[in-house]
Amino acid sequence: MAILPELMLLTGAAAFFVISLYKQLDFNQVKNAVVCFGVVTFIAALISLKSQATMFYGSYEVDLYSQVFKLMISFGVAIVLIFGKNLKDIEEADRPEYYIFLFLSALGLMMVVSSVELISIFVSLELSSFALYLLVPMRSDRNGLRIQMEAGIKYILFGVLATGFMLFGMSYIFGLTGTTYLQEIMVGLQTAPQPAALFAIIMVLAGFFFKLAVFPMHFWVPDIYQGASNETTGFIATVPKLAAVALLIRITSMSSGNIQFLVYLLMFLAVCSMFYGNLSALVQTDLKRMLGFSGIAHAGFILLGLLTMDASGYAIAIYYISGYVVMNLACFLVLCNVSQNGENLEIKDLQGLHKRQPILAFILAVSLFALAGIPPFVGFMGKFMLLTGALKAGPESLIYLTVVILAAINTGIAIYYYLSVVRTAYTTDPEDRPDVTVDGFTQTVGIGLVLLIIIMGALPAKFVALADTAVRTIM
Amino acid sequence: MDNLIINEGFPLLSFLIFLPLAGAVILLFTSSDSFARFWALTITTITAIGSILLVTGFDTTTAKYQFVEKHEWIPQFNINYIIGIDGISILLIMLTTIIMPFCVLASWKYIQKRVAPFMVCLLIMETSMIGVFCALDFVLFYVLWEFMLIPMYMLIAIWGGPRKIYASIKFFLYTLAGSILLLVAIIALYLENDNSFFIPDMMWQSYSFTFQILVFLAFFLAFAIKVPMFPFHTWLPAAHVEAPTAGSVILASVLLKMGTYGFLRFCLPITPEATFAMAPYVLWLSIAGILYGGFTALAQSDMKKLIAYSSVGHMGFVTLGIFVLNPQGVEGAILQMINHGVTTGALFLCVGMIYERTHSRELSVAAGVGKYMPWYVTFLAFFSLSAFGFPGTNSFISEFMILAGTFKFNIFLALAAIPGAVLAAAYMLRMLQKIIWGGTNNPDQSYLVDLSFREIITLTPFLIFVFWIGLGPQPFIDLMHTSVANLLDQLHNSQLQEVAQLVVR
Repeated sequence: MAILPELMLLTGAAAFFVISLYKQLDFNQVKNAVVCFGVVTFIAALISLKSQATMFYGSYEVDLYSQVFKLMISFGVAIVLIFGKNLKDIEEADRPEYYIFLFLSALGLMMVVSSVELISIFVSLELSSFALYLLVPMRSDRNGLRIQMEAGIKYILFGVLATGFMLFGMSYIFGLTGTTYLQEIMVGLQTAPQPAALFAIIMVLAGFFFKLAVFPMHFWVPDIYQGASNETTGFIATVPKLAAVALLIRITSMSSGNIQFLVYLLMFLAVCSMFYGNLSALVQTDLKRMLGFSGIAHAGFILLGLLTMDASGYAIAIYYISGYVVMNLACFLVLCNVSQNGENLEIKDLQGLHKRQPILAFILAVSLFALAGIPPFVGFMGKFMLLTGALKAGPESLIYLTVVILAAINTGIAIYYYLSVVRTAYTTDPEDRPDVTVDGFTQTVGIGLVLLIIIMGALPAKFVALADTAVRTIM
Repeated sequence: MDNLIINEGFPLLSFLIFLPLAGAVILLFTSSDSFARFWALTITTITAIGSILLVTGFDTTTAKYQFVEKHEWIPQFNINYIIGIDGISILLIMLTTIIMPFCVLASWKYIQKRVAPFMVCLLIMETSMIGVFCALDFVLFYVLWEFMLIPMYMLIAIWGGPRKIYASIKFFLYTLAGSILLLVAIIALYLENDNSFFIPDMMWQSYSFTFQILVFLAFFLAFAIKVPMFPFHTWLPAAHVEAPTAGSVILASVLLKMGTYGFLRFCLPITPEATFAMAPYVLWLSIAGILYGGFTALAQSDMKKLIAYSSVGHMGFVTLGIFVLNPQGVEGAILQMINHGVTTGALFLCVGMIYERTHSRELSVAAGVGKYMPWYVTFLAFFSLSAFGFPGTNSFISEFMILAGTFKFNIFLALAAIPGAVLAAAYMLRMLQKIIWGGTNNPDQSYLVDLSFREIITLTPFLIFVFWIGLGPQPFIDLMHTSVANLLDQLHNSQLQEVAQLVVR
């Protein structure tokens, strides 16, 4: 029972494999089945939240930490399935396959947060990555330009490169400690020769930086976001980042000895990510590219939580990433539904959204203000706590203060591009753009996300407490 | 915590804060225009009436915070929901609650499209404005301070004039940029104070001088932009000109006061040494603002711009009064905040009424309406007289107190401020002359109708306050006196302590 959510996803993937063998499919039924499936998986994750188990010769640990992440992953998957259920830009014949890979990818991500052994981390990460690599080129070829193929190839090449870094680091770790179990590695690394141990950790981190899109492992983001279909991007932009943060926390908390260097490295990467992401986002006209660059900036903020090197900082990082996922899901919910046939949206395509579909406009405005870090939404609370935590970590240090000030300045830069999207949606007339129709269920889910954004922001105590308990189970 | 008087009974302050929010939530579900208007008017009126209980229950003999409510909010960071008022904030809260129903009335006909969302924005504004003046926890303060940008941005960007997009984004970016470092300063103070965000705990602590200067500068940037002080004022004319009438009134009457309130509430008590060190610069900036605002207002042909620049001048008087750091100055400054809220708010309402008729803010288009709108020009005349501090009106009292305080502090400074008062008379009388009589080339104004009953109802209370404060200001000064005296006592004590320490060393 402890791995119920994983089993659900595996069953789902298998079931859709069988479904994909049929020639005549009623797509409406597939759609309903898949939405039910997403919800059931979420419920399964909820049921197994408190379960505990150690499996597969101690390489697979089911504890509160992993279950919290699985809950968020299944939540993200369910939301993506609900708002992307029309799969406007995927050929009907490909849709069952699309779901197979989506479920497999989610399965891989769930497994990765439970893995406490290097080989199983690697295997589950690759399971999720390869399924994702396949999702990107499944988009139907719109103008004969094959941008989805280009995106797919870029994704796989960059992805494999990042995996290479990670494997290289893992081999060092194994060489230094003679084990692949994280528990034993943690002990072993304390006596390991210093530059080598640090190098190994940084190399492993690089693999996860790729997933989280941290500078300098960010360069895949804009093209893949743009090339993949809206639903796929909605998935890539949210769910894998949860798993990446989960593993980043595990690995960072393992590091020992001369961690000051690692802290400075994280600071440097954080500041670079923020500036790179925000400054590039300023000039984007494609909505998905803009969200991609903003994602890079947000990844920088997550690093602020990691560099505190203590449990409360990690807890805030978890709180922040979960908030980020909710905000981003709300954005993509709007994006997927405003797009008429699954084409990419320019920012100007949102003109007059307040008239064409007021509820979507409201959801978009709230989620963008939240991403920009305006109170009382979750984005503000997350940023505020991250800044407080970072300054607390180095109370008398000028470097910490500088980083915090730079991060704060970045919130100011970011507001401009978020605001210009809100402005387009709210202050312009639709001209001849058509009305947008959304089904009631998606609207309800969207409003639910908005409420979640507000509740997580206005009453964060419970969420942070949960994240804190979760983190303390692995430290 | 000994400086709090906990309110055990009905949570009046929370009621005032959350009633408009609840009203706004209900309005989200309606699209009926007339319901939205009446609903917003009802909610704001109940809030205004409820706030009178604050005055009747206010104890003027103590400088402690009253009507305090305290609840745990985010225990991990020791953040609490603490609200309370003292003599400095009570008048500003009253100003906010009383002005809001008239903002709704002023928008009755002016706003014709998307009425329900407009009222939602107004109500949310009211919630955050009252909250800012009550908050005793710095995070609570900051949350409300920032949150207010969203509805204000919407008010300008959706219902504003032709250049609304430029004006609204400039307003948002300018104010947000100012408050970024405020957040860092708040966190730094939190860490200095054993992880407490409780504002009174941060006051009168012995921080190092460098720390105080840095915090003061961060505060100053945020508050000076909000006031706005002279070099940071450029967002104000743009925002005022493009905002709808109710937006202009809120902006002028309440939002600008948050900056000066911030100086009084945070800069003086938290960074006293830095205040003494930086006061000369702030004072001369205020003088620059007074003169600059006056001269620029003199040259405007757009009525809203004229009043916007006059605001820069009037707010210059407020900062002047605060930073001379003596009782006359500070009390005059607080009174000037209220008076500016009343007078300038009323002037913006007047301009809005002309705009509704002529669809232009140009002075030349509104020239010579006196013949056709006698009621209107009567009101306008009194408000204009008040704006340049004519004896018998409210601004005279406050400007006199500020100048008296300034003379005590430094005679040259006071002499430099005097031309500001003369300039104010010049530009206000110029505007008044044009509007009432105009010249030989007046446009045809015969189609104009005089004020309706609703409009007279909207303006009358402002006029009452103009004369009430002008002829009998003592009750208002009594409300604030104890708190101001306490603030300045502590300020000078802390200065004496510093000197004593220097001597010992």
